[in-house]
Amino acid sequence: MFVRGLEVFLENKLAIAGVALLAAMFAFCFLGPVFYHTDQVHVNLAIENQAPGAGRPLGTDNNGYDVLGRLMVGGQVSLEVGLAAAVLATGLGTLWGAVAGYFGGIADAVMMRLVDALLAIPVLFLALVVVAMFPPTEAELILVIALTSWLSTSRLIRGEALSLRVREYVQAMRVMGGGGARAVFRHIAPNAVGTIVVNATFQIADAILLVVALSYLGLGIRPPQTDWGGMLNSGLNSVYDGYWWQIFPAGIAIILVVIAINFIGDALRDAFEVRLRRR
Amino acid sequence: MTPVLDIEDLHTEIKLRRSVVHAVDGVSLTVGAGECLGIVGESGCGKTTTALSVMRLLPAGGHITRGRIVVDGTDVTALPEDKMRDVRGNLAGMVFQDPLTSLNPTMTIGDQIAEAVRLHRAATRPAALARAVEVLGLVGMPRPAERAGHYPHQLSGGMRQRVMIAMALACEPKLLIADEPTTALDVTIAKQILELLDDLRRRLGMAVILVTHDLGVIAGRTDRVAVMYAGRVVETTSTAALFARPRHPYTEALFEALPENAVRAPGADTTPGAGPAPRRLYTIPGQPPDLTAPPPGCRFAPRCRYARDRCREAEPALAGTGAGHDFRCFFPVGERAATLASSGPADGTPAAAAPDGDELLRLTHLVKDFTVTAGAVLQRRVGTVSAVADVSFAVPAGRTFGLVGESGCGKTTIGRLIVGLERATSGRILFGGDDLTRLSGRERRRRSGIQLMFQDSYASMDPRMRVGTILREPLVIQRQGSRASQQRLVTAILEEVGLPASAAGRYPHEFSGGQRQRLGLARALILRPAMIVADEPVSALDVSIQAQILNLMRELQADHGLTYLFISHDLSVVRYMADRIGVMYLGKLVETGPAADVYLRPVHPYTKGLIDTVPVADPARERAREHQGVGGELPSAAAPPSGCRFRTRCPRAQDLCATTEPPLRPFNSAGHQAACHFPLRDPDPAAQVTPGSGSP
Repeated sequence: MFVRGLEVFLENKLAIAGVALLAAMFAFCFLGPVFYHTDQVHVNLAIENQAPGAGRPLGTDNNGYDVLGRLMVGGQVSLEVGLAAAVLATGLGTLWGAVAGYFGGIADAVMMRLVDALLAIPVLFLALVVVAMFPPTEAELILVIALTSWLSTSRLIRGEALSLRVREYVQAMRVMGGGGARAVFRHIAPNAVGTIVVNATFQIADAILLVVALSYLGLGIRPPQTDWGGMLNSGLNSVYDGYWWQIFPAGIAIILVVIAINFIGDALRDAFEVRLRRR
Repeated sequence: MTPVLDIEDLHTEIKLRRSVVHAVDGVSLTVGAGECLGIVGESGCGKTTTALSVMRLLPAGGHITRGRIVVDGTDVTALPEDKMRDVRGNLAGMVFQDPLTSLNPTMTIGDQIAEAVRLHRAATRPAALARAVEVLGLVGMPRPAERAGHYPHQLSGGMRQRVMIAMALACEPKLLIADEPTTALDVTIAKQILELLDDLRRRLGMAVILVTHDLGVIAGRTDRVAVMYAGRVVETTSTAALFARPRHPYTEALFEALPENAVRAPGADTTPGAGPAPRRLYTIPGQPPDLTAPPPGCRFAPRCRYARDRCREAEPALAGTGAGHDFRCFFPVGERAATLASSGPADGTPAAAAPDGDELLRLTHLVKDFTVTAGAVLQRRVGTVSAVADVSFAVPAGRTFGLVGESGCGKTTIGRLIVGLERATSGRILFGGDDLTRLSGRERRRRSGIQLMFQDSYASMDPRMRVGTILREPLVIQRQGSRASQQRLVTAILEEVGLPASAAGRYPHEFSGGQRQRLGLARALILRPAMIVADEPVSALDVSIQAQILNLMRELQADHGLTYLFISHDLSVVRYMADRIGVMYLGKLVETGPAADVYLRPVHPYTKGLIDTVPVADPARERAREHQGVGGELPSAAAPPSGCRFRTRCPRAQDLCATTEPPLRPFNSAGHQAACHFPLRDPDPAAQVTPGSGSP
């Protein structure tokens, strides 16, 4: 049946475009530096703010870093943080929501009130406070983003678990003598996989945007490392100087990746829904 | 006289992702004014698609490719959509199966009916509302003016179906199409709705098409019948002629697969299970053909017991004897099997039941109340629903106990209490000597002596698991055997229920309804339980498939000495399967006893009413019967009537019934008991002395 889902996925032209686009971005960020060597560590003020020209297709920024090379290196951080944070948040949120939804009663009430309490704090605000206190490494950034974004996933999966736990196949398992762990891991989580996967793709996009936002506010990854948000931030300092090459590349890269991921998420949703159509 | 509806050589196709289903393939029908035509057939035969083609309401991908549909002189196949809207409602109305999903929950029913009127007639809002109240009165809605202001959720299922009919009738159509109008309703309510349709047809002179799978409904309500199979009409004639002398082998097979015919057949009157095995139900082997690529020749040939080479090569035309009896068969069957023609109502003396074996299950004073709460966080108790109220009965080992009643009578709750899905409020469930209600959850889980078989096997199987994993799951949970031995067991059980070993590698959605029910039975059996609770195991199946499952259940019972608790709303199926029957009404067991005895000599007025309402596939008997049945609707279990719970619908109720609750008392020595102050017959004198064996 996954074959059937894949067929439906492949029939969606936008999804294929999304996958191709995302693959291209990954290749650009991770394979690009192999072919295009630049110094992204040492500041060279002698060549700051150079317009695109021979030898530097996208010019340089205010520290003299080559923008094309920096786009690749910064992209690595953005993609890594986005993916890792989304996977972590989805895993935690799924487990939390499935357990709360399946067991219900007091467990559900306590677990969900905790989620409600955390949701009441604006995500960006929470992230800002944490990041301002502990200037982050990449791993810490992943953790901070994951810990602030699993909440919506857990709410979503809890709702799913509430409807799945009264399904007859879960009841059938209980008649056979099965317990809660089996219900959560063998029946509820696998049957919520459509929701989980779709939600995960949007989580990736959100996480990338959150890294961007943090970096843009100057609280992201520490220099000389950077990410697309950091590039936008430094580029915006010279927005009135007409240095367009410092803003557009990073901005366009962010938009492309987020759009690609959203296309894929939409198509996955269709694929998982059609899966059960008996045609 | 020109007919109201004239369908000529209709072809309707439904386009799928990769293939085209020829759902209706050359169907011709006519219906005259005041006439009721029945279309009968199994699911997927094209009967609903035919009805939807007339209304041009085909599902996505569906379209009429050939043929004419003339409604009152207008060919609707080529009509532009805006003209078609005038036909719908004005010329032809339609009533669907599920009245709840067909009504808008955010509008009052008066407004919804008025909407239809205002769309078709230039009526003002008050005038349309007045018309809505008028038609609500026409369909027998009590206090129509007040009811018009109600929302759909405030009405019962039967009342909603009346609203749907009112809506279809609001603009006085000449043709009414009723697509399985009573399938979602209880028998007592279904009977009221069918009577209403009959009455309206006579009073308004409408042409009616009744689409149904139920031969009993066809027998009692229609003038002419068209039997459909695989997108074609295979036989059409007057109702009386069809039931007296079916000519097509498919029609014949449909009749023979009915469980009531097996019970009524001579030689099957012994109490089932007591003596030699009862007659097996006739089953139609195989599956209906795939309509994306219908077989050449006669479409029924692959499943037909009379098929010869000629049937597989050429397709017979719909031709007849001249007397208006047309059928599509080269070798029509003659007189109907003697078993059916000669079977009158069986004589009233039940065969003596063989002594029962040891008792396996006993319920004593079982009570289950559900608490109704309001509020999301701080839940307040706002009342209780009395689902099961003081029910006691015993099931002997190796026998089948049938539990019958309308929806909401508590029969399913009893099944769930027995398998441990619910906890009893009070009372005891003794299984093989142990009181199941006292076991802790953990102990309970380790017992696997009682397994459950669901109505909808598809819903009861995890759609993401392969069949092999699904069947192995009980063994894994109970930690029985190694992986290899579990797999051997799976293969063995698949063979036992008549499925190939390769089925283990496939997913549940790849199987047909009947095959899934076999899988459900296999899963219930794999732990080798002593007892299986079967909750409506055949209600979702077509007649021919139902017969296969019932036969299989009987074979397995004989092979393994299984005990069944067979829960069903269908009295004829229960009578065929069960040794003893318990009739439930609103949480109470009102009558229990040997199956034949309860069925043929009911004591409780409710049992009698229930038997009277079940449609019988025999036009002469169905029409001759006093149409009494059970009036009114089921009261709410949140506030059950005082005294006898049935008194609000009982024709014999007196003051005593409202004040004192009747106890179960024995009526004969075979354990026939009933709870009624004014029973339909007096207890046998012998029963007074020795209480029946089934009393707690």
